[in-house]
Amino acid sequence: MQEIIEKINELFENGTVNRVLAWKTGEFDYERTPAVFTKEDGLDGFSYDSFCAANLAKYLILETKKEGKIAILAKPCDTYNLNLLIKEHRIDREKVFILGVPCRCKIDVEKIRAKGIKGIKSIKEEGDTLIIDTIYGEKTCPRQEAIQDKCLACQGRTHVVFDEKIEGGEPANVEKIDRMAEVEKLEAMTPQERFDFWRSELSKCIRCNACRNVCPACTCTTCVFDNPASGVSSKANTDTFEENMFHIIRAFHVAGRCTDCGECSRVCPQHIPLHLLNRKFIKEINELYGTYQSGEDAQSKGPLTNFTQEDAEPSIVYTKGRV
Amino acid sequence: MLKCSISEINNLFSAISGLRTLYLPVEKAGQALYGAWTPQARLCLDKLNTVKSPKDLFFPQSEDLVRFQREGKKISIEMPDAIDEKFVLFGVRACDAKGLQILDTVFLSDPVDTYYAARRENGIVICAACSEPEETCFCNVFGIDATEPAGDIVTWTVGDTLYWEAKTEKGAEFTEKVKGVLEEASAEEEASVAAQNESVKEIIKQLPFADLNLEGFDGDHLLEKFNSPKWAELSKACLGCGTCTFVCPTCQCYDIRDYDTGHGIQRFRCWDSCMYSDFTKMAGGNPRKTQLERFRQRFMHKLVYFPSNNDGEYSCVGCGRCVAKCPISMNIVKVARALGEESK
Amino acid sequence: MQVNETAKEQFRPVIVAFCCNWCSYAGADLAGSSRLNYPADVKIIRVPCSCRVNPLFILRAFERGADGVILCGCHPGDCHYSTGNYYTRRRMTLLFSMLDYMGIERERTRVEWVSAAEGAKFAATMNDFISTVAKLGENRKLRDLRCKK
Repeated sequence: MQEIIEKINELFENGTVNRVLAWKTGEFDYERTPAVFTKEDGLDGFSYDSFCAANLAKYLILETKKEGKIAILAKPCDTYNLNLLIKEHRIDREKVFILGVPCRCKIDVEKIRAKGIKGIKSIKEEGDTLIIDTIYGEKTCPRQEAIQDKCLACQGRTHVVFDEKIEGGEPANVEKIDRMAEVEKLEAMTPQERFDFWRSELSKCIRCNACRNVCPACTCTTCVFDNPASGVSSKANTDTFEENMFHIIRAFHVAGRCTDCGECSRVCPQHIPLHLLNRKFIKEINELYGTYQSGEDAQSKGPLTNFTQEDAEPSIVYTKGRV
Repeated sequence: MLKCSISEINNLFSAISGLRTLYLPVEKAGQALYGAWTPQARLCLDKLNTVKSPKDLFFPQSEDLVRFQREGKKISIEMPDAIDEKFVLFGVRACDAKGLQILDTVFLSDPVDTYYAARRENGIVICAACSEPEETCFCNVFGIDATEPAGDIVTWTVGDTLYWEAKTEKGAEFTEKVKGVLEEASAEEEASVAAQNESVKEIIKQLPFADLNLEGFDGDHLLEKFNSPKWAELSKACLGCGTCTFVCPTCQCYDIRDYDTGHGIQRFRCWDSCMYSDFTKMAGGNPRKTQLERFRQRFMHKLVYFPSNNDGEYSCVGCGRCVAKCPISMNIVKVARALGEESK
Repeated sequence: MQVNETAKEQFRPVIVAFCCNWCSYAGADLAGSSRLNYPADVKIIRVPCSCRVNPLFILRAFERGADGVILCGCHPGDCHYSTGNYYTRRRMTLLFSMLDYMGIERERTRVEWVSAAEGAKFAATMNDFISTVAKLGENRKLRDLRCKK
């Protein structure tokens, strides 16, 4: 972290940027809030560690409209979203200094809580173990078991866009998962089982819109679901249809653009596995139109704004080996 | 005081559900939520907070108000089915029970919200005293005793035993009906409950937010708080989602909308969130143009407007749901601390 | 038992067909002027191009009681706007696979390319689609119950 602070101060001093978008400590040992630090106010409360899971890319849309150049701390996965925002002309590349920071996979406090560990006072990392000091005594938890789901599925990516990169520390000893395994598991089910699975998950939705608002690919100024003239705006799921519709459309709108950053599932207060909807699209796109990773570059045409004359017909959906 | 062994708690629940529908925290796709009891339900009685608060049972996220049908030039009005389900709500924590009292001051004062009033009338609230508070809890700041919740009946769990005591007439009447599955507790056992309550109170004193100072959060300092320059920084990261308002046990704002079913109009109301951009949207425009104003509204309402209109009663109960669930870890405690520091 | 059988026989699905102005709508016209039979359960909505159809249109049709939704456009390569239907093809493939993924019967949605000269194909396609959907019965999984009469 020291190296990052030195770098930011250097950027402040040589006038490259006048502010930096990063994370700030909170009330709890594990709390990190996205924050903008200015040259004048300094880096009071600045932090970069295993709890900085939030993707900061989306904040740049507003920030780059302001005066002067801003630096952003970007984890490898965040840089994919930066590329997408640059490609879609949502941010002004000239007004951003991208400082790549290393990532050892982030920790999800909710996973620690789910283990029945209550009253967390502090969390220390010692190698592959977390030492958790609680009101009810000291507890331990293997680091692997508290890793954010989105990090488990991250395929050890590297920074794809940056102005400068800070190489860092020891690599994380984290066992990754096959990100399509869960999708395949669902595909192997019968339609009724799949229907029941999504019903039980989506019926928990409280329509807080956190998944949409946090998504760095969801950048419309007015969402169709907030537009009373659209005929589909709704503040609550008054019917099961609305639960399905909102999530199909949300996922569809980012199909071919979603970088699989996993923010939607991270912020869901009901822990609905929303990434499984996005990944289904990614999987279909990869299988039908060739492997595509959104955000890998800032130029290529997305799969849904592109075509070939030989594309599969929609009827291919009926021929897939699932009944 | 009465008691029942935890291992036989399903006998108690089955007796209750024989009389009325029983709602209690059950697991739904991995989350603890209030749901109807069935012998197969996976109970989450040791969970401190359900994701959504129990206000849902009295003030549902969406409910039908009235239906209109048109035939030629005649419009007929159809009222929804009467709200007559008698139910029991089990496992309500002290903070949520206080939350219901705050909703009462809003919905039961003139003009009475008849939909809410009917559910309040039909429901019996059985509270569960807390034994293992979380670091996010700060109910004591609002004068709530987590070991003595305000319900019709209060239960305490000590070891393998559930202790039961009726607190209101409604509660006593209901206790008579299920007495068959409960036993009298001895004086020693009552003492063990009291001892546990004392130790829980000690833990609560040590919680990180226990010393939260709300001095200066009242009508007298309204403009000072409203005009604070801190709001800009506090609201900067806010996503404008409705998580905090929808998990809150005291947020009570709603919207009324019409849905065209193709053969009539269904008028319903649903929770609304002051964090949403269209919350204050009117024909003439939107007075809260940025997230700063929307963010400020929520906390000003909880900590300043509500107490200044209701004899100093804050409309926060310290349940800690918004603290735990905010996607960007911004919460009422941070706001109170930032603004409180300023006035010092 | 017999009552049920009769009820099943009587079930007439509501079909919404989005037809592009240049090919498929003209194809439907030709089917009509050629006196080809297809049931009146098909409600045709004319769109400027098949690629005008947003996934929301399909969902909204189901919401309001459609039992099947079919989208007809010009044959790939023949689009009046050159490439519109190529985008439709990708979009609808993804949407249908998502509906399938969510457990909604995949036979309820279809894309067919019908030219202005293919009146017979239009009628045959509709007849086939209606019988497929009729076999599935009423759409229960993806509709707004408030719209039910």
